[in-house]
Amino acid sequence: MSEKSLSLRLPTPRNLGYSFNWVGRIGLMIILFWGAVAIFGPWLTPYPVGEIVDWDYFGPMSDKFWMGTDYLGRDILSRIIMGARYTVGISLASVTLACTGGVILGMVAAVAGGWFDTGLSRLLDAFNGIPSLLFGLVVVAAVGSSIPVLVLTLAAIYLPGSYRFARALAVNVNTMDFVTVARARGERTPYLILQEIFPNILGPVLADLGLRFVFIVLVLSGLSFLGLGVQPPNADWGALVRENIEGLSLGAPAVVFPSIAIASLTISVNMFIDNLPTKIRDRSE
Amino acid sequence: MPASLTPYFLIAQRLGVALITLVIVSFAVFFATELLPGDVAEILLGQAATPEAVAGLREAMGLNQPGIYRFLHWFVGLASGDLGTSYVNNMPVADLISGRLANSLKLAGVTTLFAVPIALSLGIGAAMWRGSIFDRLVSVLTISVISVPEFMVATLAVLIFAVWLGWLPALSYGADVGSWSAMLKAYAMPVITLGFVVSAQMIRMTRAAVIETINTPYVEMALLKGASRSRMVLRHALPNALGPIANAVALSLSYLVGGVIIVETIFNYPGVAKLMVDAVSTRDLPLIQSCAMIFCISYLSLITLADMIAILANPRLRH
Repeated sequence: MSEKSLSLRLPTPRNLGYSFNWVGRIGLMIILFWGAVAIFGPWLTPYPVGEIVDWDYFGPMSDKFWMGTDYLGRDILSRIIMGARYTVGISLASVTLACTGGVILGMVAAVAGGWFDTGLSRLLDAFNGIPSLLFGLVVVAAVGSSIPVLVLTLAAIYLPGSYRFARALAVNVNTMDFVTVARARGERTPYLILQEIFPNILGPVLADLGLRFVFIVLVLSGLSFLGLGVQPPNADWGALVRENIEGLSLGAPAVVFPSIAIASLTISVNMFIDNLPTKIRDRSE
Repeated sequence: MPASLTPYFLIAQRLGVALITLVIVSFAVFFATELLPGDVAEILLGQAATPEAVAGLREAMGLNQPGIYRFLHWFVGLASGDLGTSYVNNMPVADLISGRLANSLKLAGVTTLFAVPIALSLGIGAAMWRGSIFDRLVSVLTISVISVPEFMVATLAVLIFAVWLGWLPALSYGADVGSWSAMLKAYAMPVITLGFVVSAQMIRMTRAAVIETINTPYVEMALLKGASRSRMVLRHALPNALGPIANAVALSLSYLVGGVIIVETIFNYPGVAKLMVDAVSTRDLPLIQSCAMIFCISYLSLITLADMIAILANPRLRH
């Protein structure tokens, strides 16, 4: 493998095995596009989000309204652009919470072992036994729906899975020689976790984060579709589909485009994750 | 302990874990719905209620007792079939649920009946002709179905079958269906949607399980000694992949639980999930708790079943 040793001397992304194929690049482009839309949303909307701008409802696509109008005659393009903030923002916040919590707990459990590991694993496995949408339904039924509640609930739903994944990876790294050496040096748990284990599970953990992001987008859209997610007058993409579901029998663009927005986001994340270089992805499943 | 007992020990252990999980889940469901909101009595009586009325109702409902006591009371009632009384219409929850549960089970059963054979043949076919156009088509389709929300599959199905083709009614009535064709029509849309959601997972997992077996040396041996491709897969690989496949089927069927919530709501199907979503909007807590437990129990049973099949199918644990 002379090629490999050569490539290590020239640390370009391609030589390090970090380059993407074109499917992955398209996925990344779409993700970045929606990210940008979410950030710059207020400057991009052609019409004010909540304003009724068309006398007709479920208007068709036209020069004035690129994606038609909704059940009240509001501009769908503007609503999708603002909806990106809710869908992407809430999902990103919850996936960050879920994965940060899950990964930290997973690494601590793997390093600490013993009753802490067993107890935590059993408890979180039990929470894995609750179907995700149902968990959301029950919590929303109890405390009502608001954005902080949604973020925390979604994070709570996906924390156990993230924990399980990170723990499995960390257990493998934990048995490696360099960890044993560090332990023999007398390093403490925080050092072991941050300096020895975390850098070695980072790649797969990021891939897992992407997949979990997709699940969260799906559950959030599902909750909003049931009317239990983001509450009017605000609307994420799932809520936009719900609002305009009446237009389905008319084939209105108002119900088609929010659906396309959700699908484009989730499919592109899947495309991106599926085509990550194996060096990063390295999933055993 | 003799080695041959190991799988049974593992299964017993798995059942034990499932039971503990169920207790923890019921704990979570109970306290999520009972303790978090301000007070059930206040919700029931509305904002105009006098403090005396609220206190009286609280006393009558036993809300002054400590939470753990009420949990035990509820849990014992649940275990003995007493699901409590609905806040909204004062009917026993068991009566409200029983008919609905039959409807939901019917929907799930019909879906399983259709989805499993189709999914298995597609999955095995895709594995047999790996890399072919057929395989890629199946892969792209299943990934698309998995990556979009269930309600989108449903809306697409309505758009295609009810709006454009006009073959089927967009809504389902579920209950009284006289003739076969009427029943077929009433069930078609929910079953198609749910079938897509469930079988996408099943196809992927079946394909993965068969391919994993195909990659083993003894299947390669079969190919080398001159067996045809189909013989190699059906005769040599498939019997050994049955365990993982059965596991995949049980695991995929657990997606019914999430899918059914969306599907029943969209198609207005009178099942438990619709009942629960309605109960959420009226905050009918006993009803929500019972429905949630029904879903959790079915989900847990399917997952546990999948695990047990995986244990039983693993020959390494038998010797």
